[in-house]
Amino acid sequence: MVAETNNLGYTDIHEDVVRSIVKTGPKYYIALATAGGTTLLCFFFPWFYQLYYGIGAAGMNHPGVWGTYLASFIFWIGLSHSGTLLSCVLHLTNSSWRKAMYRSAEAMTLFSLVVAATYVMVHVGRPWFIHWALPYPNQMELWPNFRSPLMFDVMAITTYITGSTIFIYMGSIPDFAAVRDRTSGWRNTMYTLLSLGWRGTDKEWHRLHWAYTFLAVLIIPLAVSVHSIVSWDFAMSIVPALHQTIFAPYFVVGAIYSGTAGIVTVMFVLRKYMGFERYITKLHFDNLGKLLLVLSLLWTYINAVELFTSWYSGTSEEYEAVGFKLFGFYAPLYWEMILFCAVAPLLMFSTRFRTSFMPMLILSIVINIGMYTERFLIIATSLPRQYLPDAWGVYVPSAVEVSIMVGSFALFTTLFLVFVKIFPSVSMYEVKETMATPKLGSVAPASGSPA
Amino acid sequence: MSLFSRFMDGWRKYRKPGYYDEFDYHWTMAIDLDKCTGCQACMTACQAENNIPIVGEEELARGREIQWIRVERYWEGEYPNAKLSFIPIMCQHCDSAPCETVCPVSATYHNQDGLNTQIYNRCIGTRSCAVYCPYEVRYFNYYDHHWDSPLEQQLNPDVTVRGKGVMEKCTFCIQRIREAKDHAKDDGRRRVQDGEVQPACVQTCPSKALVFGDRKDSENEVSVAINDPRKYRVLDELNTDSSVFYLKKVDA
Repeated sequence: MVAETNNLGYTDIHEDVVRSIVKTGPKYYIALATAGGTTLLCFFFPWFYQLYYGIGAAGMNHPGVWGTYLASFIFWIGLSHSGTLLSCVLHLTNSSWRKAMYRSAEAMTLFSLVVAATYVMVHVGRPWFIHWALPYPNQMELWPNFRSPLMFDVMAITTYITGSTIFIYMGSIPDFAAVRDRTSGWRNTMYTLLSLGWRGTDKEWHRLHWAYTFLAVLIIPLAVSVHSIVSWDFAMSIVPALHQTIFAPYFVVGAIYSGTAGIVTVMFVLRKYMGFERYITKLHFDNLGKLLLVLSLLWTYINAVELFTSWYSGTSEEYEAVGFKLFGFYAPLYWEMILFCAVAPLLMFSTRFRTSFMPMLILSIVINIGMYTERFLIIATSLPRQYLPDAWGVYVPSAVEVSIMVGSFALFTTLFLVFVKIFPSVSMYEVKETMATPKLGSVAPASGSPA
Repeated sequence: MSLFSRFMDGWRKYRKPGYYDEFDYHWTMAIDLDKCTGCQACMTACQAENNIPIVGEEELARGREIQWIRVERYWEGEYPNAKLSFIPIMCQHCDSAPCETVCPVSATYHNQDGLNTQIYNRCIGTRSCAVYCPYEVRYFNYYDHHWDSPLEQQLNPDVTVRGKGVMEKCTFCIQRIREAKDHAKDDGRRRVQDGEVQPACVQTCPSKALVFGDRKDSENEVSVAINDPRKYRVLDELNTDSSVFYLKKVDA
């Protein structure tokens, strides 16, 4: 990191990052309009159609009452995992290579969570009563059911959203101050408010660092618990292929896996199109590639354990469920998942592969396609094969579901595009920490000092 | 001490599935598969009694039929020696019901009669109860259903017509149970007598294969039936503690 950026000065960093916020080219507007338009057309329009006519617009049926909506929900929660979690772990382990990429990774967490929370509303039959799942004092004198894993889920996700929002915001305060000092007009007003009067005194730095480390320690168990709890939505049922103790680690590993792949994708885009070539380097791709490789091996192992447990149970319903998964209606998807998530990532054993940008981008997308398939298969191959064979069936997603799924990616992109124009998407002060202190004559004004 | 014991008492009640130490009534059904002819009259009666919507051909093909009670058919062997067996399956009103624990808004809960009830107004449509139910007897309203005139005239006024986005299932004809309990109260009697309540399926069964009653009184017809050596419960190994007992068909 240091070696690759030593020709950068503090001023360069400020200018690069502020430019990425203030200077907006036509390409950005075209991208924003495309993403926003796709969101309206593919996400909100079909959703309103479904709200009006009923959830029958989706493809769910009698045994398969859950479908891609829930699969997408898990997918987005999973994608959210690596951002803040990875950032916290790397912060605590003092990995300096984290510093250029963690801001966008944390933003990914936040927006994935927003999309996931929206998916909950798309999923339920009567979303206009969704607030009943929140524990608030009400005139009906009714509480939600605290025994329900879905209830745990509501708690976990709201906590996680709150925690990651505070984490990303607190880490950005010095950078808001830096941008405040280099902008004018409404931006200056906005960043003045956002930076909470940051002046860059020693005391402020000390407190920020302390609070930041505290939150990092707090968020790691939170992130692990969130996806464990999401897995309990399934594992606490008695559906044959879902009722497994491996599910919590399975979901957590899967979440970090797809989240890390998502970070690789986002980093490629930031590097290529936002002009951060000097900050996001081969080193980042190399390190994330190593992490992805380890996670893929872990994921493969857990998948093997899952199959073994089903076989070892010796019950006919488990055999049926596994048989349906491996050789049934959705078998091609299963083997695609194995190819994408267990076999293809083995390429990352090669250092040359890890340090090439385009292959890493393709692999990261392939992994996430595989991981989406995994979430879909968990639902689509288990529910239609339960205890009573008379009630067996097959669930196939409808056009509305596919459209909403495409639209959710557009929604995520829209949110992210808005983000890069508001938040400094590279943490300036932490990148500066990795650099050699410049000679006195060439010091750029420190954030907080009069610009 | 008193405050503590009251707290512990409340906690124990809360921890008990269904929140009740003891039920007022323990409504139970016994189904004699030796007598069942598979005529499906129970399905029709249920449809008429409980305002169950007819979803139509297209929705049926998509697997979205609504049948609170269904007669499952199982074939054994190949054609010349094929053997057909059938079994009516409805909500088993489990005393340890998996569906009750999972509903985030407590739209399904155990009432003081040992019934697994569904509150349509409270349901937000997560459909998780249908996933958790091993008997697959919970049906979801994917659309608003309507009855072409004059068919809406035959709707049962004692039963809600369910709107889109809510789950529904067999209630053991709770409206009839409520009516019988009201009558019993009005007559100054303490309890509902045996035979006073009959769900629509029991009432209509031509071969009297279905018996319904309160299990708490050992003299009742249903209590006698469930003491039969042929008795078993479907998926009993899952420990759902269901309230529907089946009497095995004995091959001659």
